[in-house]
Amino acid sequence: MSLVLEGVSKVMNGQTHIYPTDLELQSGTMNVLLGPTSSGKTSLMRLMAGLDVPNTGKVIWGGKDVTGMRVQDRGVAMVYQQFINYPSMTVYENIASPMRLLKQSADQIDAAVKKAADLMKLTPFLDRKPLALSGGQQQRCALARALVKDAGLVLLDEPLANLDYKLREELRAEIPKIFEEAGSIFVYATTEPEEALLLGGNTATIWEGRITQFDKTPIVYRQPVNATTARVFSDPPMNFLKFEKAGNQIRFADGQLSSATLGAFAGLGDGSYVAGFRPNHLKLNKEAPDALEFTGKLTVTEITGSETFIHLKHHGENWVGLVHGVKNLKIGAPLSVYLDQAHVYIFAQDGTSVAPASYAAAA
Amino acid sequence: MAKITLENLAHSYLPNPKHEDDYALKELNHDWVDGEAYALLGSSGCGKSTLLNIISGLLHPSQGRILFNDKDVTNAPTTQRNIAQVFQFPVVYDTMTVRDNLAFPLRNRGADPTYIKDRVQQIAAMIGMEDSLNHKARGLTADAKQKISLGRGMVREDVNALLFDEPLTVIDPHMKWELRTQLKSLHHEFGHTMIYVTHDQTEALTFADKVVVMYDGRVVQMGTPQELFETPEHTFVGYFIGSPGMNVLAAEVQGDTAVIGGTQIALGKGFGRPTGNVELGVRPEFTSLSAGDAGLPVTIKRVEDVGRHKIVRADFQGTEINILAGEGENISPDMNRVVFDNAGINVYSNSWRVAPEVA
Repeated sequence: MSLVLEGVSKVMNGQTHIYPTDLELQSGTMNVLLGPTSSGKTSLMRLMAGLDVPNTGKVIWGGKDVTGMRVQDRGVAMVYQQFINYPSMTVYENIASPMRLLKQSADQIDAAVKKAADLMKLTPFLDRKPLALSGGQQQRCALARALVKDAGLVLLDEPLANLDYKLREELRAEIPKIFEEAGSIFVYATTEPEEALLLGGNTATIWEGRITQFDKTPIVYRQPVNATTARVFSDPPMNFLKFEKAGNQIRFADGQLSSATLGAFAGLGDGSYVAGFRPNHLKLNKEAPDALEFTGKLTVTEITGSETFIHLKHHGENWVGLVHGVKNLKIGAPLSVYLDQAHVYIFAQDGTSVAPASYAAAA
Repeated sequence: MAKITLENLAHSYLPNPKHEDDYALKELNHDWVDGEAYALLGSSGCGKSTLLNIISGLLHPSQGRILFNDKDVTNAPTTQRNIAQVFQFPVVYDTMTVRDNLAFPLRNRGADPTYIKDRVQQIAAMIGMEDSLNHKARGLTADAKQKISLGRGMVREDVNALLFDEPLTVIDPHMKWELRTQLKSLHHEFGHTMIYVTHDQTEALTFADKVVVMYDGRVVQMGTPQELFETPEHTFVGYFIGSPGMNVLAAEVQGDTAVIGGTQIALGKGFGRPTGNVELGVRPEFTSLSAGDAGLPVTIKRVEDVGRHKIVRADFQGTEINILAGEGENISPDMNRVVFDNAGINVYSNSWRVAPEVA
């Protein structure tokens, strides 16, 4: 089974929420929609589910056009950011409810509920009402209900956003394992790059109503096809610096001249470009002999205990670096940072990728 | 700005607390230094909001005193404590302009109009809203409204303390960066005493000079991010700080040697003979895989690619051990041992850290 969106778009109150979009999702896969708030993740999910009818295009499921079909007739399960359970029912009945609606036998229901409760670690709480549970348990209950529904399409809209950090960490590790077995199409919306990486599977990066890239998650992360994808899929954000190339010479926007020819710089034609690099690739020491060197003004440092975030003002841009260890550096003073050429991505002025960082091809 | 003293402070939501378990906040004594930034970190129900509400005066403690600059304010209402607060959700006057929202706390106290004008301009620059000063708050995004709340919290220079209760929860990850950095530079610039409640370790660690880790109504450790990382005083701190948290393994410890599931480990330092439930705590950052004969025998279960590094999940006799590996590091199938960097080994007895003997 596959779910195919063909030129699907959505306009509401004169505002375009989704520009014409093509996307194909396969059964048994985890598909992450990654983008900031209001980028179109929820709108796209609503179109997939049939909660909204697209203005243009078709939704095809298992080879059949389901564009106008109601959500009730499609076999879709959804879990939202808010924990939604029936407060008057026990956890058992909450999980069983979709199967009761389908008039399944008591034995079937009992077996499925117990299995889902076991996976979601809810077995001791089956007789309780949802409000007597912690937030994490309430959301597990909603997830268990989505699981027993045995729907062909499961949509999870930022399901962990309202949970404590540590609970999020635990559930995030469990969700792919649990849903992998089920064989449905999973779609998981999140604003957090790290969550997308941990979930694995495929990722579609979304920006202002458009999918900017869709591929296996590590490929989207390491080989972004444009600067927008790189920006969306980077936390802290990717750093950028413009440069011009003429003959053998590169002139960076800060006026610095360089003869970089390694990594993405290799074989680059003359023209205007944007160099991009991730915060964790910025170094305080010159590790690679051909590393590029930039000097900026240190504005803030943040120490996490094992690492230090460095905020640098460089030629009008705010750069962020993430280095190992605890560094006590002088705020407001000039700071030199180093960048291995292998870690530089190069984009055209319109943001299209010219060459990914050379390390990424190997990783 | 003020030094804040918590003296024999405890709180129970029950009318007649008898047992220690009846207290949502167990007795604590602390001096919070004037001008420092503190984060109260813990999961929901740990008592962090109870403590914040006592400091702000929203809650009267069952016992003990709270002092601002050595002056007892235990019975003073919030309005007399001269503090500024920012909450999880934006609190703005929708019908007012951004400028009037920011000026409100100053006007309320009859500040000089010229001063107000300058100060509002200064704050607007910090929160990056100079261009929207004349806009009505209504219709702004949640991010923008929360920026106004933060700005209004910081507009007065004469407050005793600034209290933040999960102020960045509703903010997008990208914007979080920006706001947190701004808060940090504001603190650097003005030296306000700041108390920041959060369940997010990254926020707590990056924002605060000192992080106060709370667990089950108790302060389990107050320390710099580095101290919490390198020497967690309690296994809970090891678990809660760090992603993934510290590996904890049952061990027998004698002197400078530990035995874990039949394997001997050199500790590099002496620990005497700790009693009770003895465990070794080693963070994934101090743990690595090896193909040699030394170390604990493990089976690799999963390798997670988190971008800038890999998390290797390995099994050691039924206990999960997490290992951090570099982004480009090759994990080969013959790596079946886990070794610890002994600079990163801590020993615990009944969950509390055992200090090593001084050599």
